[in-house]
Amino acid sequence: METSLIAQLAYLVSAILFVSGIKQLSSPATARSGNARASVAMLLAIVVTLLDNEILDWTTVAAAVIAGAVVGGVLARKIEMTAMPQLVAVFNGFGGGASAAVAAAEFVRLGGSGTGVELGAGVTIVLSTLIGAVTFSGSLIAFGKLQGIVTGKPVTFPLQKSFNALLFLAVLVIGAGLADVGIGDAVASIFGSSVVEVGVPFFLALVAGALILGVLLVIPIGGADMPVVVSLLNSYSGLAAAATGFVLGNMMLIIAGSLVGAAGLILTQLMCKAMNRSLGNVAFGAFGTDGPTTKAKTGERPVRDVDAEQAAMVLAYAGSVAVVPGYGLAVAQAQHELKKVCDLLEERGVRVRFGVHPVAGRMPGHMNVLLAEADVSYDKLLDLDDINAEFDTTDVVLIVGANDVVNPAARDPDSVIAGMPILDVDKARTVIVMKRSLSPGFAGIDNDLFYMDNTLMFFGDAAQQMSELVKEVREA
Amino acid sequence: MGELLIGLYVFVLATLAGREVISKVPPTLHTPLMSGANAISGIAIIGALVVTGAADSTWVRVLGIAGIVMATINVVGGFMVTDRMLQMFRKR
Repeated sequence: METSLIAQLAYLVSAILFVSGIKQLSSPATARSGNARASVAMLLAIVVTLLDNEILDWTTVAAAVIAGAVVGGVLARKIEMTAMPQLVAVFNGFGGGASAAVAAAEFVRLGGSGTGVELGAGVTIVLSTLIGAVTFSGSLIAFGKLQGIVTGKPVTFPLQKSFNALLFLAVLVIGAGLADVGIGDAVASIFGSSVVEVGVPFFLALVAGALILGVLLVIPIGGADMPVVVSLLNSYSGLAAAATGFVLGNMMLIIAGSLVGAAGLILTQLMCKAMNRSLGNVAFGAFGTDGPTTKAKTGERPVRDVDAEQAAMVLAYAGSVAVVPGYGLAVAQAQHELKKVCDLLEERGVRVRFGVHPVAGRMPGHMNVLLAEADVSYDKLLDLDDINAEFDTTDVVLIVGANDVVNPAARDPDSVIAGMPILDVDKARTVIVMKRSLSPGFAGIDNDLFYMDNTLMFFGDAAQQMSELVKEVREA
Repeated sequence: MGELLIGLYVFVLATLAGREVISKVPPTLHTPLMSGANAISGIAIIGALVVTGAADSTWVRVLGIAGIVMATINVVGGFMVTDRMLQMFRKR
C-alpha cells in the first residue's frame, strides 16, 4: 500500500486547500467559500485515494459510500438549528468510530499476514483504537445528554475518579501489552499460533475498556458544561484521525487530523475561559446541571415587574437597545418573534445590537447560528468585549432567557461564579429581564441584577411574552 | 529519518499551523468552525478506503466498510450542515 508520488503531491494540494479553507472561515463574508474549499479538498483526497489504491471490491465500497452519504445528507438537511450540538456530537462520534475501525482493520490485517510488525506500528494502532473508541462512546453519551435521552445531571458514583484512573491504567497496560507482544512474529513463534488468535482477546479488551472509558468520562459532566465537552470530543476525533495516519503512514490523515485537533483544543480553551473553569474542573467537578439544584433565597426582596405594554413603551422610546439572548430564548423558540420586535424598533429609529456571551447555547457560537437563522444581520452580533464597551451608552438592555452570564455576583470575589466573564448589563440605563420566574440559573445562585433599581422584570413564557411584545411595540 | 518521525514532524507543524489559522476565527462563527472541522475529521474515510480496498479477509472488509459508512456520514453531513448554517449568515 505504498502511496505513489502523484498521490502524495495531490494530498499536498488537499492539505493546502484545507488550511486556506479554514482560514476563510475567519470572516462571515468568506466563510461559505472556505467551507466549499475544504469540501473540495476532501473530494480530491478521496478521489486520489481511490485511484491510487487497487480497490478489489468496487461495488461494496461504492455501496458503503452511497449509504453514508445518504444518511449524512438527510441528517444535515433535516436537523433543526437548535439541535446542532447533538448533530455535531453524533458526527464526532462517527469520525472517531471510523478511525477506530480502520485501526482495528489494520490490526487484523497485520496480525493475519504473519510477517510481523515493528513496535511503532503496534503503538500507533493501539493509540488510534483507544482515542477513536473513547471519542465514539463519549460522543454518543454527549448526544444522549443533549437530546435529553440521558439525564443532563452529572452522574456520579463513589470512587468514580479512582475507578476511571484504574480503568485508564488497565487500558494502557493492555495497550502496551498489545503493542509489544500482541503483534509480531515473536508471539507467533512462542505461542505457535497466528498472531490474530493471540492478540484478539487483548484487542477486544482494549476496545471494550476504551468504550467504557468514553462513557465514564462524559456522564459526570452536567448539561451546562456541554460546550466544553463537545469541543473536547471534536479535538479527540481529529487526534484519532491523525493517529490513524500514523498507522497507515498517510500524511493526509495526519495533517487533516491535527488541524481538527488544534481547532477543538482552541475552542475547548475558549469555552473554559468563558466559564472561568479549568478543564480539570469541568471534567471532574460534576458541576453544572440541566437546571437549578440548590434553592437560592428568592422572592424576599422587592422587584419591579412590568407587563408587555410597559416594556414595549420603554423599548420603543429608547435611543439604543442591546439584546442579550440566552439559551432560554432557544428553548422557547422565540428568536423569530424577537427579530420582529427588533425590526419594529429599528423602523422607529432605535439602534439595536445583540450581545452574545460565548457560552450562550449548548455549543460554541450556537446562539449566533440561531440568530442568523432568524435573519439577524451578522454585523449586529457583538461578542463579549465589544458589547461590554457599549453598555455605558446603552439606554435599554433586553435580556431574554439568560441568567448567570449577566449576574454581577461574578465581580464579587466570594461568589461561586467569581471571575466568570459576564455581560455588564447593569451599566445600562434600564434593564428589562424577560424570564419565567426569579429562579436561579445553572450556577444555582440568586441574581442581584433582578433586584436593582434600574431593572424591570418582565415575567412569563418567552415565546408568549415575545409575541405580546411584538403587538405592543407595533402599537406604541 | 523513519516514517514515524516524519509523521511526528508533520503532526506538530500542522497542529501549530492549525492553531494560528483557527485562533483568528471570531466567536460568531464558532459553531460553523466546529462542524466544518468535524467534517474534516472524516478524513478517516481515506484510511477506510485504503484498508477496505486491499481487504483480503472478511473481518478486515467488515471493519473497513463500517469505517467508510461512518466516515462518509461525518464528511457529507458535516460539510452540508456547515454550508446550511453559513448561508444564513448574511449582512443586511
